[in-house]
Amino acid sequence: MKPAPFKYIAASSLDHALALKAEHGDEARFLAGGQSLIPAMNFRLARPSVLIDINGLGELAGVERSEGAEIRVGALTRYRSLESDSRFLTDCPLFADALPHIAHPQIRNRGTIGGNLSHADPASELPAVAVAMQARMRIKSAKGGREVAASEFFQGLLTTDIRSDEMLVEIAFPAPRARTGTCFMEVARRRGDFALAGVAAVVTTDAKGRCSQLRLALCGVGETAVDASTAAASLIGQPWASEAIETVVSEVQAMIDPPGNVHASPDYQRHIAGVLAQRAITAAYSRAGHAG
Amino acid sequence: MQVERHDIELSVNGTIYRRAVESRILLSDFLRHDLELAGTHVGCEHGVCGACTILLDGAPIRSCLMLAVQANGHELSTVEGLAGRDGELHPVQQAMHDHHGLQCGYCTPGILMTMTAFLKQNSEPSEHEVREALSGNLCRCTGYQNVVDAMLAAAQTIRAAP
Ligand SMILES: Cc1cc2nc3c(=O)[nH]c(=O)nc-3n(C[C@H](O)[C@H](O)[C@H](O)COP(=O)(O)OP(=O)(O)OC[C@H]3O[C@@H](n4cnc5c(N)ncnc54)[C@H](O)[C@@H]3O)c2cc1C
Ligand code: FES
Ligand code: FES
Repeated sequence: MKPAPFKYIAASSLDHALALKAEHGDEARFLAGGQSLIPAMNFRLARPSVLIDINGLGELAGVERSEGAEIRVGALTRYRSLESDSRFLTDCPLFADALPHIAHPQIRNRGTIGGNLSHADPASELPAVAVAMQARMRIKSAKGGREVAASEFFQGLLTTDIRSDEMLVEIAFPAPRARTGTCFMEVARRRGDFALAGVAAVVTTDAKGRCSQLRLALCGVGETAVDASTAAASLIGQPWASEAIETVVSEVQAMIDPPGNVHASPDYQRHIAGVLAQRAITAAYSRAGHAG
Repeated sequence: MQVERHDIELSVNGTIYRRAVESRILLSDFLRHDLELAGTHVGCEHGVCGACTILLDGAPIRSCLMLAVQANGHELSTVEGLAGRDGELHPVQQAMHDHHGLQCGYCTPGILMTMTAFLKQNSEPSEHEVREALSGNLCRCTGYQNVVDAMLAAAQTIRAAP
Protein backbone atom coordinates (compact mmCIF):
# COMPACT_ATOMS: atom_id res chain seq x y z
CA MET A 1 0.00 0.00 0.00
CA LYS A 2 1.21 3.49 -0.69
CA PRO A 3 -1.42 6.12 0.14
CA ALA A 4 -1.87 7.48 3.66
CA PRO A 5 -5.05 6.24 5.40
CA PHE A 6 -8.38 7.74 4.43
CA LYS A 7 -12.06 7.04 4.73
CA TYR A 8 -13.61 5.73 1.51
CA ILE A 9 -17.24 6.43 0.71
CA ALA A 10 -18.92 5.34 -2.54
CA ALA A 11 -21.51 8.05 -3.24
CA SER A 12 -24.95 6.62 -3.97
CA SER A 13 -26.31 9.72 -5.72
CA LEU A 14 -25.20 13.18 -6.78
CA ASP A 15 -27.02 14.65 -3.76
CA HIS A 16 -25.19 12.20 -1.49
CA ALA A 17 -21.83 13.15 -3.01
CA LEU A 18 -22.55 16.88 -2.64
CA ALA A 19 -23.78 16.47 0.95
CA LEU A 20 -20.57 14.60 1.83
CA LYS A 21 -18.46 17.33 0.21
CA ALA A 22 -20.37 20.03 2.09
CA GLU A 23 -19.72 18.11 5.31
CA HIS A 24 -15.99 17.39 4.79
CA GLY A 25 -14.90 20.36 2.63
CA ASP A 26 -11.21 20.53 1.69
CA GLU A 27 -10.44 17.37 3.70
CA ALA A 28 -12.37 15.38 1.10
CA ARG A 29 -11.68 14.76 -2.59
CA PHE A 30 -13.91 13.34 -5.26
CA LEU A 31 -12.47 10.19 -6.85
CA ALA A 32 -13.25 10.13 -10.59
CA GLY A 33 -10.88 8.26 -12.93
CA GLY A 34 -8.19 8.37 -10.27
CA GLN A 35 -5.50 8.81 -12.94
CA SER A 36 -4.14 11.99 -11.37
CA LEU A 37 -5.41 11.66 -7.81
CA ILE A 38 -4.16 8.13 -7.07
CA PRO A 39 -0.61 8.80 -8.35
CA ALA A 40 -0.56 11.93 -6.15
CA MET A 41 -1.75 9.85 -3.20
CA ASN A 42 0.80 7.11 -3.96
CA PHE A 43 3.51 9.78 -3.76
CA ARG A 44 1.75 11.19 -0.68
CA LEU A 45 1.62 14.56 -2.40
CA ALA A 46 -2.11 14.35 -1.71
CA ARG A 47 -3.40 13.06 1.62
CA PRO A 48 -7.17 13.54 1.64
CA SER A 49 -8.82 12.18 4.76
CA VAL A 50 -12.04 11.31 2.89
CA LEU A 51 -12.42 9.98 -0.65
CA ILE A 52 -15.87 10.34 -2.20
CA ASP A 53 -16.01 7.85 -5.06
CA ILE A 54 -18.32 9.19 -7.79
CA ASN A 55 -17.76 6.33 -10.26
CA GLY A 56 -21.17 4.85 -9.50
CA LEU A 57 -23.02 8.02 -10.55
CA GLY A 58 -24.17 7.09 -14.04
CA GLU A 59 -26.13 10.36 -14.31
CA LEU A 60 -22.79 12.20 -14.51
CA ALA A 61 -21.58 10.25 -17.56
CA GLY A 62 -22.47 10.65 -21.20
CA VAL A 63 -22.92 13.16 -24.03
CA GLU A 64 -26.24 14.90 -24.69
CA ARG A 65 -27.11 17.02 -27.68
CA SER A 66 -30.05 18.09 -29.71
CA GLU A 67 -29.93 19.54 -33.20
CA GLY A 68 -28.41 23.02 -33.25
CA ALA A 69 -28.01 23.15 -29.48
CA GLU A 70 -24.98 23.07 -27.23
CA ILE A 71 -23.26 19.74 -26.61
CA ARG A 72 -23.42 18.74 -22.96
CA VAL A 73 -20.80 16.37 -21.62
CA GLY A 74 -21.17 14.84 -18.16
CA ALA A 75 -18.13 15.29 -15.92
CA LEU A 76 -17.70 11.53 -15.42
CA THR A 77 -17.53 10.79 -19.17
CA ARG A 78 -14.32 8.87 -19.78
CA TYR A 79 -11.84 9.76 -22.53
CA ARG A 80 -12.47 6.35 -24.06
CA SER A 81 -16.18 6.97 -24.60
CA LEU A 82 -15.49 10.37 -26.16
CA GLU A 83 -12.89 8.81 -28.47
CA SER A 84 -15.36 6.22 -29.68
CA ASP A 85 -18.30 8.65 -30.10
CA SER A 86 -17.95 9.61 -33.77
CA ARG A 87 -20.77 12.13 -33.64
CA PHE A 88 -19.16 13.93 -30.71
CA LEU A 89 -15.83 14.01 -32.55
CA THR A 90 -17.56 15.48 -35.61
CA ASP A 91 -19.28 18.14 -33.51
CA CYS A 92 -16.18 18.90 -31.42
CA PRO A 93 -13.29 18.10 -33.78
CA LEU A 94 -10.67 19.62 -31.47
CA PHE A 95 -11.20 16.54 -29.30
CA ALA A 96 -10.41 14.26 -32.24
CA ASP A 97 -7.02 15.99 -32.48
CA ALA A 98 -6.36 16.26 -28.75
CA LEU A 99 -7.57 13.01 -27.14
CA PRO A 100 -4.93 10.72 -28.69
CA HIS A 101 -2.24 12.91 -27.08
CA ILE A 102 -3.58 12.25 -23.59
CA ALA A 103 -1.58 9.54 -21.85
CA HIS A 104 -2.09 5.97 -23.06
CA PRO A 105 -5.06 3.73 -23.89
CA GLN A 106 -5.08 2.15 -20.41
CA ILE A 107 -5.28 5.58 -18.78
CA ARG A 108 -7.89 6.82 -21.26
CA ASN A 109 -10.06 3.85 -20.27
CA ARG A 110 -10.37 5.37 -16.77
CA GLY A 111 -9.66 9.11 -16.93
CA THR A 112 -12.63 11.48 -17.14
CA ILE A 113 -13.13 14.89 -18.71
CA GLY A 114 -14.36 16.34 -15.42
CA GLY A 115 -11.39 14.98 -13.48
CA ASN A 116 -9.03 16.38 -16.10
CA LEU A 117 -10.53 19.89 -16.05
CA SER A 118 -10.89 19.96 -12.24
CA HIS A 119 -7.28 18.87 -11.87
CA ALA A 120 -6.23 21.77 -14.17
CA ASP A 121 -2.76 20.55 -15.04
CA PRO A 122 -1.13 23.40 -16.98
CA ALA A 123 0.38 20.95 -19.49
CA SER A 124 -2.88 19.10 -20.10
CA GLU A 125 -4.51 19.38 -23.50
CA LEU A 126 -8.15 19.71 -22.43
CA PRO A 127 -8.09 23.00 -20.49
CA ALA A 128 -6.69 24.65 -23.65
CA VAL A 129 -9.35 22.92 -25.77
CA ALA A 130 -12.10 24.07 -23.37
CA VAL A 131 -10.81 27.67 -23.41
CA ALA A 132 -10.48 27.72 -27.22
CA MET A 133 -14.00 26.33 -27.62
CA GLN A 134 -15.47 28.74 -25.05
CA ALA A 135 -16.90 25.88 -23.02
CA ARG A 136 -19.24 26.59 -20.10
CA MET A 137 -18.48 24.76 -16.88
CA ARG A 138 -21.53 23.76 -14.84
CA ILE A 139 -20.80 23.46 -11.16
CA LYS A 140 -23.02 22.22 -8.32
CA SER A 141 -23.08 22.22 -4.56
CA ALA A 142 -25.74 21.09 -2.10
CA LYS A 143 -26.99 24.70 -2.17
CA GLY A 144 -27.44 25.00 -5.94
CA GLY A 145 -25.72 25.33 -9.29
CA ARG A 146 -23.82 27.92 -11.25
CA GLU A 147 -22.02 28.27 -14.55
CA VAL A 148 -18.55 29.64 -15.31
CA ALA A 149 -16.84 30.35 -18.63
CA ALA A 150 -13.79 28.16 -19.24
CA SER A 151 -11.60 31.27 -19.50
CA GLU A 152 -12.51 32.18 -15.90
CA PHE A 153 -12.57 28.62 -14.57
CA PHE A 154 -8.81 28.01 -14.74
CA GLN A 155 -7.22 30.28 -12.19
CA GLY A 156 -3.68 29.07 -11.74
CA LEU A 157 -1.45 26.06 -11.24
CA LEU A 158 -3.78 23.13 -10.43
CA THR A 159 -6.33 25.71 -9.31
CA THR A 160 -9.86 26.27 -10.57
CA ASP A 161 -12.91 28.24 -9.58
CA ILE A 162 -14.46 25.14 -7.91
CA ARG A 163 -15.10 25.85 -4.21
CA SER A 164 -14.59 23.35 -1.42
CA ASP A 165 -18.25 22.27 -1.36
CA GLU A 166 -18.67 22.09 -5.15
CA MET A 167 -18.40 19.58 -7.98
CA LEU A 168 -17.96 20.12 -11.70
CA VAL A 169 -20.98 18.24 -13.10
CA GLU A 170 -21.19 19.15 -16.77
CA ILE A 171 -19.20 20.85 -19.52
CA ALA A 172 -21.20 22.51 -22.31
CA PHE A 173 -19.63 23.13 -25.73
CA PRO A 174 -21.23 25.47 -28.25
CA ALA A 175 -23.04 23.93 -31.21
CA PRO A 176 -20.84 23.60 -34.30
CA ARG A 177 -20.73 26.78 -36.39
CA ALA A 178 -20.69 27.00 -40.18
CA ARG A 179 -17.41 27.80 -41.99
CA THR A 180 -15.40 26.89 -38.93
CA GLY A 181 -12.19 24.88 -38.80
CA THR A 182 -10.24 23.74 -35.75
CA CYS A 183 -6.87 22.24 -35.01
CA PHE A 184 -4.96 21.06 -31.94
CA MET A 185 -1.23 20.30 -32.12
CA GLU A 186 1.43 19.67 -29.52
CA VAL A 187 5.06 18.77 -29.03
CA ALA A 188 5.86 16.19 -26.35
CA ARG A 189 8.98 14.13 -25.84
CA ARG A 190 7.15 10.85 -26.31
CA ARG A 191 3.64 9.90 -27.34
CA GLY A 192 1.39 10.22 -24.30
CA ASP A 193 3.68 12.51 -22.33
CA PHE A 194 2.41 15.85 -21.13
CA ALA A 195 2.94 18.59 -23.74
CA LEU A 196 6.03 20.82 -23.76
CA ALA A 197 3.71 23.18 -25.61
CA GLY A 198 0.37 22.74 -27.33
CA VAL A 199 -1.96 24.99 -29.29
CA ALA A 200 -5.71 24.83 -29.95
CA ALA A 201 -7.08 27.05 -32.72
CA VAL A 202 -10.67 27.68 -33.84
CA VAL A 203 -11.13 29.77 -36.99
CA THR A 204 -14.51 30.99 -38.29
CA THR A 205 -14.77 32.79 -41.62
CA ASP A 206 -17.55 34.78 -43.26
CA ALA A 207 -19.10 33.97 -46.63
CA LYS A 208 -16.31 35.88 -48.38
CA GLY A 209 -13.60 33.90 -46.65
CA ARG A 210 -12.57 36.67 -44.25
CA CYS A 211 -11.73 35.66 -40.71
CA SER A 212 -14.69 36.56 -38.48
CA GLN A 213 -13.50 34.90 -35.27
CA LEU A 214 -10.25 33.33 -34.18
CA ARG A 215 -9.87 31.56 -30.85
CA LEU A 216 -6.42 30.51 -29.73
CA ALA A 217 -5.41 28.76 -26.51
CA LEU A 218 -2.14 27.22 -25.38
CA CYS A 219 -1.14 24.54 -22.92
CA GLY A 220 2.18 23.79 -21.27
CA VAL A 221 3.51 27.34 -21.43
CA GLY A 222 2.13 28.92 -18.25
CA GLU A 223 0.61 28.23 -14.85
CA THR A 224 -2.62 27.31 -16.55
CA ALA A 225 -4.17 27.24 -20.03
CA VAL A 226 -3.45 30.55 -21.78
CA ASP A 227 -6.16 32.31 -23.79
CA ALA A 228 -4.13 33.90 -26.60
CA SER A 229 -7.05 34.94 -28.80
CA THR A 230 -6.12 38.63 -28.54
CA ALA A 231 -2.83 37.83 -30.29
CA ALA A 232 -4.85 37.11 -33.40
CA ALA A 233 -6.94 40.29 -33.31
CA SER A 234 -5.19 41.67 -36.41
CA LEU A 235 -6.58 38.81 -38.52
CA ILE A 236 -10.24 39.63 -37.82
CA GLY A 237 -12.04 40.92 -40.91
CA GLN A 238 -9.08 40.03 -43.14
CA PRO A 239 -8.84 37.47 -45.93
CA TRP A 240 -6.38 34.59 -45.55
CA ALA A 241 -2.76 35.71 -45.88
CA SER A 242 0.15 33.65 -44.65
CA GLU A 243 2.24 36.79 -43.94
CA ALA A 244 -0.42 38.04 -41.51
CA ILE A 245 0.04 34.87 -39.46
CA GLU A 246 3.67 35.84 -38.82
CA THR A 247 2.45 38.83 -36.79
CA VAL A 248 0.25 36.54 -34.71
CA VAL A 249 3.19 34.26 -34.03
CA SER A 250 5.29 37.09 -32.61
CA GLU A 251 2.33 38.35 -30.55
CA VAL A 252 1.83 34.86 -29.09
CA GLN A 253 5.52 34.55 -28.29
CA ALA A 254 5.52 37.95 -26.60
CA MET A 255 2.48 37.26 -24.43
CA ILE A 256 3.55 33.92 -22.90
CA ASP A 257 6.01 33.36 -20.10
CA PRO A 258 6.88 29.66 -20.25
CA PRO A 259 8.27 28.18 -17.02
CA GLY A 260 10.74 25.78 -18.65
CA ASN A 261 11.38 22.28 -17.29
CA VAL A 262 14.01 19.56 -17.44
CA HIS A 263 13.08 18.79 -21.05
CA ALA A 264 12.74 22.29 -22.47
CA SER A 265 14.13 25.73 -21.73
CA PRO A 266 11.69 28.67 -21.66
CA ASP A 267 13.15 29.86 -24.99
CA TYR A 268 12.58 26.50 -26.62
CA GLN A 269 9.01 26.39 -25.31
CA ARG A 270 8.41 29.90 -26.65
CA HIS A 271 9.85 28.87 -30.00
CA ILE A 272 7.68 25.76 -30.39
CA ALA A 273 4.60 27.64 -29.17
CA GLY A 274 5.09 30.05 -32.07
CA VAL A 275 5.66 27.31 -34.63
CA LEU A 276 2.64 25.37 -33.40
CA ALA A 277 0.44 28.49 -33.41
CA GLN A 278 1.41 29.15 -37.01
CA ARG A 279 0.70 25.56 -38.06
CA ALA A 280 -2.51 25.19 -36.06
CA ILE A 281 -4.02 28.45 -37.38
CA THR A 282 -3.07 27.49 -40.94
CA ALA A 283 -4.62 24.03 -40.58
CA ALA A 284 -7.77 25.45 -38.97
CA TYR A 285 -8.17 27.92 -41.85
CA SER A 286 -7.87 25.19 -44.40
CA ARG A 287 -10.33 22.98 -42.49
CA ALA A 288 -12.74 25.93 -42.50
CA GLY A 289 -12.60 25.58 -46.28
CA HIS A 290 -10.08 28.25 -47.20
CA ALA A 291 -6.57 28.47 -48.49
CA GLY A 292 -3.91 27.75 -45.96
CA MET B 1 -6.68 6.79 12.38
CA GLN B 2 -8.73 3.69 12.85
CA VAL B 3 -8.24 1.07 10.11
CA GLU B 4 -11.31 1.04 7.95
CA ARG B 5 -12.24 -2.14 6.09
CA HIS B 6 -14.74 -2.86 3.34
CA ASP B 7 -16.22 -6.18 2.26
CA ILE B 8 -15.75 -6.73 -1.45
CA GLU B 9 -16.67 -9.46 -3.89
CA LEU B 10 -15.09 -9.66 -7.29
CA SER B 11 -14.27 -12.14 -10.02
CA VAL B 12 -10.70 -12.71 -11.17
CA ASN B 13 -10.20 -14.98 -14.18
CA GLY B 14 -13.64 -16.45 -13.55
CA THR B 15 -13.12 -17.24 -9.85
CA ILE B 16 -15.19 -15.33 -7.28
CA TYR B 17 -13.28 -13.93 -4.31
CA ARG B 18 -14.73 -12.34 -1.16
CA ARG B 19 -12.40 -10.36 1.06
CA ALA B 20 -12.35 -7.51 3.55
CA VAL B 21 -9.92 -4.81 2.39
CA GLU B 22 -8.51 -1.65 3.89
CA SER B 23 -9.55 1.45 1.89
CA ARG B 24 -6.02 2.36 0.90
CA ILE B 25 -5.02 -1.04 -0.56
CA LEU B 26 -4.22 -0.61 -4.25
CA LEU B 27 -5.77 -3.16 -6.59
CA SER B 28 -2.27 -4.22 -7.71
CA ASP B 29 -1.23 -5.00 -4.12
CA PHE B 30 -4.53 -6.74 -3.42
CA LEU B 31 -4.01 -9.07 -6.38
CA ARG B 32 -0.41 -9.80 -5.45
CA HIS B 33 -0.60 -10.02 -1.66
CA ASP B 34 -4.18 -10.94 -0.77
CA LEU B 35 -5.03 -13.17 -3.71
CA GLU B 36 -1.42 -14.30 -4.25
CA LEU B 37 -1.71 -13.66 -7.96
CA ALA B 38 1.79 -12.25 -8.33
CA GLY B 39 1.85 -12.39 -12.13
CA THR B 40 0.67 -8.78 -12.15
CA HIS B 41 3.88 -6.80 -11.69
CA VAL B 42 4.40 -3.37 -10.20
CA GLY B 43 7.09 -1.06 -11.51
CA CYS B 44 6.40 2.59 -10.89
CA GLU B 45 3.07 2.65 -9.02
CA HIS B 46 2.10 5.92 -10.62
CA GLY B 47 0.71 4.86 -13.95
CA VAL B 48 3.72 5.30 -16.21
CA CYS B 49 5.26 1.87 -16.82
CA GLY B 50 2.29 -0.37 -17.57
CA ALA B 51 3.67 -3.47 -15.78
CA CYS B 52 0.52 -3.64 -13.63
CA THR B 53 -1.95 -3.56 -16.54
CA ILE B 54 -4.93 -5.88 -16.07
CA LEU B 55 -8.39 -6.04 -17.63
CA LEU B 56 -11.33 -4.49 -15.79
CA ASP B 57 -14.55 -5.75 -17.38
CA GLY B 58 -12.48 -6.51 -20.49
CA ALA B 59 -10.70 -3.15 -20.81
CA PRO B 60 -7.02 -2.66 -19.96
CA ILE B 61 -6.36 -0.41 -16.96
CA ARG B 62 -3.55 0.34 -14.51
CA SER B 63 -4.15 -1.75 -11.39
CA CYS B 64 -1.79 0.55 -9.43
CA LEU B 65 -4.17 3.48 -10.03
CA MET B 66 -7.28 1.81 -8.68
CA LEU B 67 -8.22 0.94 -5.13
CA ALA B 68 -9.11 -2.67 -4.40
CA VAL B 69 -12.40 -1.49 -2.87
CA GLN B 70 -13.31 0.06 -6.24
CA ALA B 71 -13.14 -3.35 -7.91
CA ASN B 72 -16.13 -4.55 -5.87
CA GLY B 73 -18.62 -6.20 -8.22
CA HIS B 74 -16.31 -6.13 -11.25
CA GLU B 75 -14.75 -8.82 -13.43
CA LEU B 76 -10.99 -8.77 -13.67
CA SER B 77 -8.59 -10.69 -15.88
CA THR B 78 -4.92 -11.10 -15.08
CA VAL B 79 -2.04 -12.85 -16.82
CA GLU B 80 -2.71 -16.02 -14.78
CA GLY B 81 -5.93 -16.51 -16.74
CA LEU B 82 -4.45 -16.32 -20.24
CA ALA B 83 -3.21 -19.86 -20.81
CA GLY B 84 -5.73 -22.68 -21.16
CA ARG B 85 -6.34 -25.13 -18.29
CA ASP B 86 -4.14 -27.68 -20.01
CA GLY B 87 -1.31 -25.14 -20.03
CA GLU B 88 -1.70 -24.32 -23.71
CA LEU B 89 -0.42 -20.80 -24.25
CA HIS B 90 -2.67 -18.04 -25.53
CA PRO B 91 -1.69 -17.09 -29.11
CA VAL B 92 -0.23 -13.80 -27.82
CA GLN B 93 1.89 -15.68 -25.27
CA GLN B 94 2.98 -18.22 -27.85
CA ALA B 95 3.98 -15.48 -30.28
CA MET B 96 6.02 -13.69 -27.56
CA HIS B 97 7.81 -17.01 -26.94
CA ASP B 98 8.39 -17.71 -30.64
CA HIS B 99 9.63 -14.20 -31.45
CA HIS B 100 11.78 -13.68 -28.38
CA GLY B 101 9.53 -10.86 -27.24
CA LEU B 102 10.81 -10.92 -23.66
CA GLN B 103 14.09 -10.98 -21.84
CA CYS B 104 13.77 -10.32 -18.10
CA GLY B 105 9.99 -10.60 -18.40
CA TYR B 106 9.16 -7.85 -15.95
CA CYS B 107 7.05 -5.90 -18.43
CA THR B 108 5.56 -8.99 -20.06
CA PRO B 109 2.34 -9.51 -18.05
CA GLY B 110 1.32 -5.90 -18.70
CA ILE B 111 2.12 -6.19 -22.39
CA LEU B 112 0.18 -9.45 -22.66
CA MET B 113 -2.91 -7.97 -21.01
CA THR B 114 -2.78 -4.76 -23.07
CA MET B 115 -2.30 -6.61 -26.31
CA THR B 116 -4.81 -9.45 -25.84
CA ALA B 117 -7.49 -6.79 -25.36
CA PHE B 118 -6.20 -4.78 -28.32
CA LEU B 119 -6.04 -7.74 -30.72
CA LYS B 120 -9.52 -8.80 -29.69
CA GLN B 121 -10.79 -5.45 -30.98
CA ASN B 122 -8.46 -5.18 -33.94
CA SER B 123 -7.12 -8.46 -35.30
CA GLU B 124 -5.80 -6.81 -38.45
CA PRO B 125 -3.60 -4.04 -37.07
CA SER B 126 -0.90 -2.19 -38.98
CA GLU B 127 2.57 -2.03 -37.44
CA HIS B 128 1.84 1.60 -36.57
CA GLU B 129 -1.33 0.62 -34.71
CA VAL B 130 0.56 -2.07 -32.80
CA ARG B 131 3.20 0.46 -31.74
CA GLU B 132 0.51 2.93 -30.72
CA ALA B 133 -1.24 0.23 -28.66
CA LEU B 134 2.08 -0.64 -27.00
CA SER B 135 2.90 2.98 -26.18
CA GLY B 136 1.70 2.67 -22.58
CA ASN B 137 3.97 -0.28 -21.72
CA LEU B 138 7.63 0.34 -21.03
CA CYS B 139 10.22 -2.36 -21.65
CA ARG B 140 13.83 -1.79 -20.67
CA CYS B 141 15.20 -4.93 -22.34
CA THR B 142 13.87 -5.76 -25.77
CA GLY B 143 13.86 -2.48 -27.67
CA TYR B 144 10.27 -3.41 -28.63
CA GLN B 145 11.09 -4.72 -32.12
CA ASN B 146 10.57 -8.36 -31.20
CA VAL B 147 7.42 -7.49 -29.26
CA VAL B 148 6.02 -5.77 -32.35
CA ASP B 149 6.95 -8.78 -34.50
CA ALA B 150 5.26 -11.07 -31.96
CA MET B 151 2.07 -9.02 -31.99
CA LEU B 152 1.83 -8.99 -35.77
CA ALA B 153 2.33 -12.78 -35.74
CA ALA B 154 -0.24 -13.23 -32.97
CA ALA B 155 -2.74 -11.20 -34.96
CA GLN B 156 -2.24 -13.57 -37.86
CA THR B 157 -2.80 -16.63 -35.65
CA ILE B 158 -5.92 -15.07 -34.17
CA ARG B 159 -7.30 -14.26 -37.64
CA ALA B 160 -6.62 -17.81 -38.84
CA ALA B 161 -8.33 -19.40 -35.82
CA PRO B 162 -11.71 -20.95 -36.62
C1 LIG C 1 1.12 8.07 -17.00
C2 LIG C 1 0.12 9.17 -17.11
C3 LIG C 1 0.20 10.04 -18.18
C4 LIG C 1 -0.72 11.08 -18.31
N1 LIG C 1 -0.62 11.91 -19.39
C5 LIG C 1 -1.53 12.89 -19.54
C6 LIG C 1 -1.49 13.76 -20.66
O1 LIG C 1 -0.64 13.64 -21.55
N2 LIG C 1 -2.43 14.74 -20.74
C7 LIG C 1 -3.39 14.90 -19.79
O2 LIG C 1 -4.23 15.78 -19.92
N3 LIG C 1 -3.46 14.10 -18.73
C8 LIG C 1 -2.56 13.09 -18.58
N4 LIG C 1 -2.66 12.28 -17.47
C9 LIG C 1 -3.68 12.57 -16.44
C10 LIG C 1 -5.02 11.96 -16.81
O3 LIG C 1 -5.51 12.56 -17.99
C11 LIG C 1 -6.07 12.08 -15.71
O4 LIG C 1 -7.06 11.16 -16.07
C12 LIG C 1 -6.75 13.40 -15.52
O5 LIG C 1 -5.83 14.45 -15.34
C13 LIG C 1 -7.63 13.38 -14.27
O6 LIG C 1 -8.85 12.79 -14.54
P1 LIG C 1 -9.43 11.66 -13.58
O7 LIG C 1 -10.82 11.43 -14.01
O8 LIG C 1 -8.52 10.51 -13.60
O9 LIG C 1 -9.47 12.43 -12.19
P2 LIG C 1 -9.03 12.05 -10.70
O10 LIG C 1 -7.60 11.63 -10.69
O11 LIG C 1 -10.02 11.12 -10.11
O12 LIG C 1 -9.19 13.45 -10.02
C14 LIG C 1 -8.32 14.54 -10.27
C15 LIG C 1 -8.68 15.70 -9.33
O13 LIG C 1 -9.92 16.28 -9.71
C16 LIG C 1 -10.89 16.16 -8.65
N5 LIG C 1 -12.15 15.84 -9.32
C17 LIG C 1 -12.41 14.76 -10.12
N6 LIG C 1 -13.64 14.85 -10.66
C18 LIG C 1 -14.18 16.01 -10.19
C19 LIG C 1 -15.43 16.68 -10.40
N7 LIG C 1 -16.35 16.17 -11.21
N8 LIG C 1 -15.65 17.85 -9.76
C20 LIG C 1 -14.70 18.40 -8.95
N9 LIG C 1 -13.50 17.81 -8.72
C21 LIG C 1 -13.23 16.63 -9.34
C22 LIG C 1 -10.36 15.08 -7.75
O14 LIG C 1 -10.82 15.25 -6.44
C23 LIG C 1 -8.86 15.28 -7.87
O15 LIG C 1 -8.45 16.33 -7.06
C24 LIG C 1 -1.76 11.23 -17.33
C25 LIG C 1 -1.85 10.35 -16.27
C26 LIG C 1 -0.93 9.32 -16.15
C27 LIG C 1 -1.03 8.39 -14.99
S1 FES D 1 3.10 -0.07 -11.69
FE1 FES D 1 1.24 0.58 -12.54
S2 FES D 1 1.86 1.64 -14.27
FE2 FES D 1 3.76 1.21 -13.34
S1 FES E 1 11.67 -7.85 -20.99
FE1 FES E 1 12.71 -6.81 -19.41
S2 FES E 1 11.50 -5.04 -19.19
FE2 FES E 1 10.65 -5.92 -20.91
